[in-house]
Amino acid sequence: MSILLELHGVWAGYDGGDVLRDLTLSVPAGSITCVVGPNGAGKSTVLRVISGQLIPRRGTVVFDGEEIGGLSPRKILSRGIVQVAQEHTLFPDMTVRENVELGGFLLRDRAEVARRLRQIEDLFPIVTDRGGERAGALSGGQQRLVEFARCLMLDPKLVVLDEPSMGLDPKTLRTVLQQVAAMRDAGRTILLVEQNVRAGLSLAGQAVVLESGHVRLAGTGAQVLANPDIAHLYLGGAPRSLA
Amino acid sequence: MTALLEVREVRKSFGGLHALNGCSLTVQEGTVAGLIGPNGSGKTTLFNVITGYERADAGTVAFGGQDVTGLATGKIGGLGVGRTFQLTRVFNRLTLLENLQVGRAGVPRERRGELYGPARCMELLDFVGLTALAQAQAGSLSYGQRKLVELAMVLAQEPKVVLLDEPAGGINPTLIGQIADRIGELNRRGMTFLVVEHNMEFVMGLCDVISVMERGAVIACGRPEEVRKDPRVLDAYLGGALDDGPDDGPGGPTGQTEGIEGAQP
Ligand SMILES: Nc1ncnc2c1ncn2[C@@H]1O[C@H](COP(=O)(O)OP(=O)(O)OP(=O)(O)O)[C@@H](O)[C@H]1O
Ligand SMILES: Nc1ncnc2c1ncn2[C@@H]1O[C@H](COP(=O)(O)OP(=O)(O)OP(=O)(O)O)[C@@H](O)[C@H]1O
Ligand SMILES: [Mg+2]
Ligand SMILES: [Mg+2]
Repeated sequence: MSILLELHGVWAGYDGGDVLRDLTLSVPAGSITCVVGPNGAGKSTVLRVISGQLIPRRGTVVFDGEEIGGLSPRKILSRGIVQVAQEHTLFPDMTVRENVELGGFLLRDRAEVARRLRQIEDLFPIVTDRGGERAGALSGGQQRLVEFARCLMLDPKLVVLDEPSMGLDPKTLRTVLQQVAAMRDAGRTILLVEQNVRAGLSLAGQAVVLESGHVRLAGTGAQVLANPDIAHLYLGGAPRSLA
Repeated sequence: MTALLEVREVRKSFGGLHALNGCSLTVQEGTVAGLIGPNGSGKTTLFNVITGYERADAGTVAFGGQDVTGLATGKIGGLGVGRTFQLTRVFNRLTLLENLQVGRAGVPRERRGELYGPARCMELLDFVGLTALAQAQAGSLSYGQRKLVELAMVLAQEPKVVLLDEPAGGINPTLIGQIADRIGELNRRGMTFLVVEHNMEFVMGLCDVISVMERGAVIACGRPEEVRKDPRVLDAYLGGALDDGPDDGPGGPTGQTEGIEGAQP
C-alpha cells in the first residue's frame, strides 16, 4: 500500500505549549484511516496541521511525495486535501445552496458545479428542500449534514473529516457513513476522526489511538477494537466482536 | 408522582415551517426523561420555548405547577430550570473556574447547599474530569472539553430540572459512560433531567421514560424497552432495529464512583 500522507516527528501546539509531541502517523492511499482518543488528546490539532491552519514547530508533513508543512490552507486545498472541521462552519447568513456551492469554489467549470450540486441534492434532499433558506436557520444536525454534503463538491485526493457524525440522528448517521465508504470505494483516501468510535473503527482499514499528543496504538481497525485496554479507556467498555 | 414540567399543545412556526406543531410533554419530578427524534423534529426549539429563548405562538408551559409561558429567560432560570446548548455557550476569555462562578452568581440562597461557592465549582470541574484545567481559559479548550464545561456550568446553577441538549455529542464513549453514571447519581439525590440525545445506548441506559418527537409533536412515549420496539420509532428515527443484548457500552449506570479520567488536561 502506498502512503499518501505522512506526518513524521511533528511537534505543534498553541500559546500554552506543544500539544503534539513527536507525532508520527501515516495514511495509506485508497483507504479509511480512523483516529480515536479522549477529548483533548490532540485529534483536531493533528487535522489543523494537515490543513495548514497550524504550522508545526518541528517535523515533516509529506503529502503525495511533497512537503506541505507550513503551506497556506489555500495552497493545501488546491493540492487536493479537503477538510470538514469539527466546529460549525457554514456561513449562517448565506443560503443552504450557496454554502454547498462554495464547496466547489476551486472548480472553474460552472457546468461541473451544477452537475455535482444535482448529485448532492439527490443524496441529501435537505439541500433541495431547504436550499433557499438561511443556513443558520437549520437545526444542529441539519447543519452538520450540509457541511458534509459540501465536501462532496470537490474531488480531492484526501478527505479529512473531524467527527462527521456529531449531532446526526441514527438514520442520517448511517447515510453519512455509507457515503464515506462510497468515497473510499471510488478510490479516495479518507482520514476520519470519530467519537462514535465503534462505528468509525468498523469502517476503517487503519486505526490510530491518540493520547496526550502522541500515538498510543496503531493497527487495523479490528485490532484496535479488540484491544482490551483501549476498549476500557476510550471505547466505552469491554471489546466486542465486529458485527 | 407529580409533574414538574408540563408542556401543553405548544406551537411555534418560523415563516411557513411548523417547528412545533401541538407539542405536549410531561416530565415527572425526580425522573430522567429522554427526548429523541430525527434532526429537525423540534427538540431544540422545544427547549428554547421552555426556557424563554423563543416565544410560543400558542400553548402553555408550566413548571412546578406555575404557568411560566412567555416569562423572560432569567426568570425561568431563577425558578430552577437549567439548560445546556447544542452549540456551546461558554465565556472564552474567562477561566473554567470563573465560568462556573458566573453560572453560580444568580443562585438563590435556599438552593446553594452547604458548600462554599468556589469549592462547589471545583467539585463540579472534578465531576467532568477537568480539575487540571481550572485556571485555563475556556477559549483554549477542545470541542469536547468545552461541552463538559457547559455541563458543569449548568450544574453550578443548582437547578431543579436540567435540560441537556446532546450532552454526549462529541464526547469520548468511556467518558459518556461516566457522565451517565453521574447524572444517575444526581438524579438519586433529587435532580430531574430532560435529555435530548441521538446516542441510543446513552438514552436507553439512562432514562426512565423516553418521548419521541417527529415533525414538531410527540408521537410516542414510554419506557426505553417499549420505545425501542415501537414501529413508528423504528421507522421514523432508527431506520431499523437497534443492536440487541445487554450493553457494556456507555449509558448503563454501573454504579461507578471513581473520578472521571476521560478528558485529557
Ligand atoms: N486554540 C487553542 N489554544 C490553546 N490551546 C488549545 C487550542 N485548541 C486546543 N487547545 C488544547 O490542545 C489540546 C488538544 O485539543 P484538540 O482540540 O486537538 O483535542 P481533540 O482531541 O480534538 O479533542 P475533542 O475530542 O474534544 O475534540 C487540548 O488540551 C486543548 O485544550
Ligand atoms: N430561527 C429559525 N428560523 C427558521 N427555521 C428554524 C429556526 N429554528 C429552527 N428552525 C427549523 O425548525 C425545525 C426544528 O429545529 P430544531 O433545531 O428544533 O430541531 P432539532 O430537533 O433540535 O434537530 P437536531 O437533532 O438536528 O438538533 C428545523 O426544521 C429547523 O430548520
Ligand atoms: Mg476535536
Ligand atoms: Mg437540536
